[in-house]
Amino acid sequence: MLTYTFDWSIITSGQYFDWLVSGLLTTLKLSAISIVLAFILGLIIAVMRMSHNRPVRWFALAYLEFFRNTPLLVQLFFWYFGSYKILPTAVNDWLVSTNFEFAAAATALTIYTSAFIAEDIRSGVLSIPKEQMEASRSAGFSYLRSMQYIILPQAVRITIPPLVNQFLNVAKNSSLAMTIGVMEMTYQARQVESYTFKGFEAFTAATVVYLALSIIITSLVNLYNEKVLSVHKAT
Amino acid sequence: MEPFFNFSVISDNFTYFMIGRFPHGPLGGVGLTLYLAVASCILSFFGGMILGLLSISRFRAVRLPALAFINLVRGMPLLMVIFWMYFLMPALFGKVAENNTVIMALTLFTSAYMSRIVVAGIEGIPKGQTEAALSTGLSSWQVMIYIVLPQGMRNMIPSFVNQFVSLIKDTSLAFIVGVSEMTHVATQINNRTMAFPTEIFIFIAFVYFILCYAFTSLSRWLEGRLSWSKAM
Repeated sequence: MLTYTFDWSIITSGQYFDWLVSGLLTTLKLSAISIVLAFILGLIIAVMRMSHNRPVRWFALAYLEFFRNTPLLVQLFFWYFGSYKILPTAVNDWLVSTNFEFAAAATALTIYTSAFIAEDIRSGVLSIPKEQMEASRSAGFSYLRSMQYIILPQAVRITIPPLVNQFLNVAKNSSLAMTIGVMEMTYQARQVESYTFKGFEAFTAATVVYLALSIIITSLVNLYNEKVLSVHKAT
Repeated sequence: MEPFFNFSVISDNFTYFMIGRFPHGPLGGVGLTLYLAVASCILSFFGGMILGLLSISRFRAVRLPALAFINLVRGMPLLMVIFWMYFLMPALFGKVAENNTVIMALTLFTSAYMSRIVVAGIEGIPKGQTEAALSTGLSSWQVMIYIVLPQGMRNMIPSFVNQFVSLIKDTSLAFIVGVSEMTHVATQINNRTMAFPTEIFIFIAFVYFILCYAFTSLSRWLEGRLSWSKAM
């Protein structure tokens, strides 16, 4: 049974190395695009969730509950296989002519993550004293402008650590994009395994990459917490 | 392009969606999803408890490997854990059924997350309780088992339920190794019928939503009922 011989050279150089690197780049690109879009969308949903307009608030609530309580994989399949029926023909034609797998994966990751980010932002906003909103409203700012100039700039600073963790989640979740054929890290590891039967080496490479990503990002968050947040607390 | 939805594909295959070919064949669909989630939840409850206790042990030689393992698993995507198990289990134990491979992978993955809940629950109990119990002559193991854990469990339960919700969602990844749970059944039916992907995926998203939302609400309700501030 233990006749397996290790051959690390296949993943440290040559064609398979190139595959893994291109996988890593795709993972980073997909995660970066998704986290930026998810942040914008999450911000909008968070503001809607705290709105005083009931239908707006309920829409945001339904959005949050629905996308947080369904698996990412199902959402991914919905956008990849099922979105053509709800999109206009022109959009479909355009999507098929571009990299549709990538677009579907980015859409699913963006929407799934935005629901989690919205909740992070909301708890950031709730930690800002209520008087700030009252003061800025009495100074003549509208609700949206108070959010824009007074509340959100402070809330986002508190929300940065959970947001960075969300980036880590997106990077890990982006591995699901392999199921629809996006050639990211896990896809390439799997590919190297099928070509060489060196699954141990291939999966180790991918695992090390994910771990390195998670260690780097976690250390950055810790650094930020120590350097930035503690300074603000002190002053 | 057909603008209207046609949900007859759901009603035609409803039993298959729910239990697969169960009475006459293997369990599948929603039934298998729940079986995988419940089995991994029970196993990872114990796994998380053990890992959590190991990770706060006084002994470095015990604590560090446990922490290393927890962080290793938490740094990996679940899909990667499933591939590792799929690849390693046969090498280690010979032939293993896919269902069990997936349950093992989900258990390993969730145990690492549950261990953090256990540690947080234990740390939420005031130090004075441990000191008082130790001073009555209980050993440190007895203090943990009879005094700290039973109280800490109150704080852990809502988080455990949340973890179960994550598990229900995570079982969808079993699709990748060919376990015929709900998502796999959906892709099968989609491949067979070809014409109704939108209806099929909206339907299973809805089923997942009902399952998960029920337990999310349960966890919120428990959180209100079991919180310390109310108990005191």
